Amino acid sequence: MGIERWTLLVTGVALLLALPVFTVFFTALQPASDVWRHLVDTVLADYVLNSVTLMLGVGVGTLLIGVPTAWLTGVCEFPGRRWFEWALLLPMAIPAYIMAYTYTGLLDFAGPVQTLLRETFDWSRQDYRFPAIRSLPGATLMLALVLYPYVYLLARAAFLEQSAAVLEVSRSLGVGPWRRFLTITLPLARPALIAGMSLVQMEALADYGTVQYFGVSTFTTGIFRVWFGMNDATAAMQLAALLLLFVFTLLVCERLSRRQTRFHHTDQRTQRPPRLRLSGRWSWLATATCLIPLLCGFVIPAGQLLVWAWRTAPQMIDHRFLELAGHSLWLASGSALLILSLALLLGYGQRLRPRPLVRLAVRSAGLGYAVPGTVLAIGVMLPFAAIDRSVDSWTREWFGLSTGLLLSGTLFALLFAYSARFLPVALHSVEAGLTRIRPSMDDAARSLGSRPRAVLWRVHIPMLRSSLLTALLLVFVDVLKELPATLILRPFNFNTLAVRTYELASDERLADSASFALAIVLAGIGPVILLSRAISRVRPDHAPLS
Amino acid sequence: MSNRLQSRTLPSVCCVLLASLLAPPALADGEVNIYSARKEDLIKPLLDDFSQQTGITVNLVTGKETELLQRLQSEGINTPADLLLTSDAGRLTAARQAQVLQTIQSEALEKHIPAAYRDPDGYWYGLSVRARPILYAKDRIKPTALSTYEDLAAPRWKGKLCVRSSDSIYNQSLVAGMIAHHGEANTETWAKGLVANFARSPKGGDRDQIKAIAAGECDLTLANTYYLGGMLTSSDQAEQQAATQVAVFWPDAKTTGVHVNVSGAGVTAHAKNRDNAVKLLEFLASDQAQRWYADVNNEYPVNPAIPPSATLKAWGAFKADTLNVAKLGELNAEAIKLMDRAGWK
Amino acid sequence: MLPFLELCDLNVAYPPRKVIRGLSLQMPCVGIGCLLGPSGCGKTTLLRAIAGFEPLRQGSIRLEGIELSRVGWMQPPEQRRIGMMFQDLALFPHLTVTDNIAFGLRGWKAPERRARVNELLRLVELEEFAKRYPHQLSGGQQQRVALARALAPRPRLLLLDEPFSSLDVTLREDLAREVRTILLREGAGGLLVSHDQFEAFAFADEIGVLDEGRLRQWDNAYNLYHRPADRFVASFIGQGVLLPGQIGVDGRASTELGDIDGTPPAGCAAGDDVEILVRPDDVIHDDASPLKAEVAERAFRGAEFLYTLHLPSGARVLCLAPSHHDHPPGRRIGIRLNIDHVVMFRRNWSVTCIESPPVSKP
Repeated sequence: MGIERWTLLVTGVALLLALPVFTVFFTALQPASDVWRHLVDTVLADYVLNSVTLMLGVGVGTLLIGVPTAWLTGVCEFPGRRWFEWALLLPMAIPAYIMAYTYTGLLDFAGPVQTLLRETFDWSRQDYRFPAIRSLPGATLMLALVLYPYVYLLARAAFLEQSAAVLEVSRSLGVGPWRRFLTITLPLARPALIAGMSLVQMEALADYGTVQYFGVSTFTTGIFRVWFGMNDATAAMQLAALLLLFVFTLLVCERLSRRQTRFHHTDQRTQRPPRLRLSGRWSWLATATCLIPLLCGFVIPAGQLLVWAWRTAPQMIDHRFLELAGHSLWLASGSALLILSLALLLGYGQRLRPRPLVRLAVRSAGLGYAVPGTVLAIGVMLPFAAIDRSVDSWTREWFGLSTGLLLSGTLFALLFAYSARFLPVALHSVEAGLTRIRPSMDDAARSLGSRPRAVLWRVHIPMLRSSLLTALLLVFVDVLKELPATLILRPFNFNTLAVRTYELASDERLADSASFALAIVLAGIGPVILLSRAISRVRPDHAPLS
Repeated sequence: MSNRLQSRTLPSVCCVLLASLLAPPALADGEVNIYSARKEDLIKPLLDDFSQQTGITVNLVTGKETELLQRLQSEGINTPADLLLTSDAGRLTAARQAQVLQTIQSEALEKHIPAAYRDPDGYWYGLSVRARPILYAKDRIKPTALSTYEDLAAPRWKGKLCVRSSDSIYNQSLVAGMIAHHGEANTETWAKGLVANFARSPKGGDRDQIKAIAAGECDLTLANTYYLGGMLTSSDQAEQQAATQVAVFWPDAKTTGVHVNVSGAGVTAHAKNRDNAVKLLEFLASDQAQRWYADVNNEYPVNPAIPPSATLKAWGAFKADTLNVAKLGELNAEAIKLMDRAGWK
Repeated sequence: MLPFLELCDLNVAYPPRKVIRGLSLQMPCVGIGCLLGPSGCGKTTLLRAIAGFEPLRQGSIRLEGIELSRVGWMQPPEQRRIGMMFQDLALFPHLTVTDNIAFGLRGWKAPERRARVNELLRLVELEEFAKRYPHQLSGGQQQRVALARALAPRPRLLLLDEPFSSLDVTLREDLAREVRTILLREGAGGLLVSHDQFEAFAFADEIGVLDEGRLRQWDNAYNLYHRPADRFVASFIGQGVLLPGQIGVDGRASTELGDIDGTPPAGCAAGDDVEILVRPDDVIHDDASPLKAEVAERAFRGAEFLYTLHLPSGARVLCLAPSHHDHPPGRRIGIRLNIDHVVMFRRNWSVTCIESPPVSKP
């Protein structure tokens, strides 16, 4: 029966994508080593405290930046609004660790800012206090600056969808704009905000580059310390499994808190309320509110990269540059399409068959995002190598020939790892879009003779256009920046912009790496602009006005 | 109706793509495949030379040591890799213990590479040496005040020291060396003293420590020489400037010698192109390649017959630690635990 | 001949709640029916089960003799040729009126498809709106698009899930009658779900009254009103009160408003307590009548007043009087009973009703 095929397909695909996560748990099941005792005695408390602080800080930070800017550009009118709409997404294109490098270059004791201060006021080291950028608050700030676009995107979509009717009712009840925002707009947007924030927090937990460079010991740096330094893979996987359990608990809580409420659109004829026109002081305030994150999150770091690249590009850019860029773009666009298709399949399958088993499978497939990239890559590598080995020994035994490596070290393995890691990004967006399509749409299409697959193609995909574009954009940029899985899983002689940037940066040749970092940023900007324009043209749940 | 078109073409396009992705890497005869933990820039030019001279195609994947080792292990007998290159002796020891390397007996290698810089049984060979001396601010510290690594823990250096985090393999390896020479208890006391002297909590890389000295944030640090060399020849004016303000001091000249570690390589246990791999290894130990290490990357050649670069020469000669570098790998985990206990972040 | 639509002993449940319990009904030939009931009675669930969206726990559904659903098996909705109009209309917002209507015509040849769409646009009188999007239409226009879309693939049966409920009362009945005409012209059967009896009366030939997942009565409008099967149907359809009475030795029921002829419920003997259904039009205002009742409330209905009257015993009856008889609350007015169809229930006993020959005069 058709529906059962869907259940099987969706559960199967979801479990397959959860393979790396299962591998981590499976590996973690081995007996604990004495490293644990050492960790508990010395640094574990620090790891946990720093990780939790970082996670909460980044969550709050992204809300503080993302929500006001989303509300201003979504609901208000002020100078530069149209431009900010897409420009505010730009920080997303900068890898977090690159951002960390540029700010360190600028703000550290030896950097131009402090040097200028010292020279201007003739201070020496003891005469003034300058907040250290390479610290836990610094790391929080860096991550909040690169990650807030997730919250901004989802919050803005939610604000745009709120019907005029609800706002008008509250207006007629004499509620002022400020209270209206707090009591109506924000609570209605809650699911979107929570979805955005949980993505951001998962990413913050999994971050390695930034915290490692800033010397902040987190759970993730701990995993690598145990693994690389003490050569104890089991303990490392056990730490990773703990991290996963923690995230899983958080996600379950989030789901439970969201369960009571259903957020389908009920009114088809919703008119967009006219934009709130800000004037005078308020309009300047609005412009400033949007300008600051843009400056700090994009203009300054990109400017620093530009300055570096200006100096070093002539030596660094050679014939291989185009090849690197080609690989990066190819991988990013290919995996964005692949991951989007998977997210659609899982999201739609879950909608067709909202069974506990299906849901659980899809949830566990979504856990990959919280796993540090390297751990996830190992989670891909181990089972793939095991498959290769058993296929090889089987064919040797029966046919006397060796198949060698079928999966390991192929681009397929790489795309699989990307899918396992970035699926939740696309899934969040797709699911949020799907909940906004009333179930009667599905039924109507079915009763008009469309099979479930046709309903997806003919009804959901066109209606989800803006959600799908958003998902595509997020995954594209994420893959473009992705480093650890690419580094460990890529085939021979295959480099990307991110790998090249990392190799130079980790050799502490920041200025030399700038050209490649800048290329990542530029490759990310194009789609950001194109897609955010497309999104702002298509209003959710509405056809383009003809 | 474009929907219908998409609904048919997309899956088939995906299938074709997937099929093309699954094709395994070709393993022809005139090839050698390398897993390298050395960055591409620090190895590729040499490999290109090798290809040109021998006609053997070299395929390269770079990555981090432990990950490459993991990849090698999980691929087992099917691994395409013939040669594992790492930038640290400890990983080579780990690779040997993981039984992914094989022994190579080669006169050329044994002739060029001193015994301290290779595995006693020939599982791996060191290719370049890096030293981790003390760097100091020229204008504030007299070199006569400096003596040994141990001395850095003395109270008079309080607030003078910038050191990178204990996550760094260089520091781990240095501490492992200290444990080998002075025992665990002494080393822990030393590490605590060192931590007490930190001017700031550890952060950044080696170059950042040098810049901090130049900016006056601290006076002393531990750094690999090639970072200083790299800064001196950097295209970045500010880096060059900073580098000129610090000088190298070779500690422990009268005792155990300066801490050194090697980058090296070993032929994998299941190499399909073993002969080519040995050829490459011998090439990397040859005079030509050794000179390249010295000139381009400011590392010390393992081959004592090859002189270091002009930059390195200017810092003077030093007595290197004669401890077999394999020992450093064995003590690495101990070193990390010790640094954790000492509060070295 | 095989019946058009046949539901046998259906059970549908959303565990742990049973929504439809042991329901059976037959529409013998292509016709127009209605499921009427208060909200939450399970009527929408029943409709969804017929459409193929809900699995059965028990029983079977057949259309024109062919089984659509049984326990453990359902023909997918898209293969049933059953159309459905939804409460929220569920028009596709990304498609124009034309494309919405053409949605179910995939697989038709282009000229035929065009012809069919044009035919329907004409039928629902929306030709000049063909290129508009749903959100550019008024509520009534959207209803028509939804109807045209559902009818386009020529379904054998059209299910309507309260599609008119968002319209005002007069428009609702007009549209219901209009849809009825269109369905008849198209030769399709129709089954409407509604909680509004007037809509049901305007639309359907046969009406089923549902309560708590059970079918109380399946009959035409006249019979539902005049011959309700049980107390629930009696009170749900039309207005009226149940007046207490007692069976006398002569078999007549004596009440406060006089003795009433009528066959007592089966098993009733003299002396048993009964209840008689009294509709507002059964109570005639007559100043000359010796029987007096006090006006408690009155509601102006244009041509007439609907009075709520208190009898001396405290019992309550409704009375429809021409609107020139204007009596303020508190006044005692003369009334008499004129029941055409006597409907009698045994008190505290739900089933059984019998119609008796007319007349009963005090």
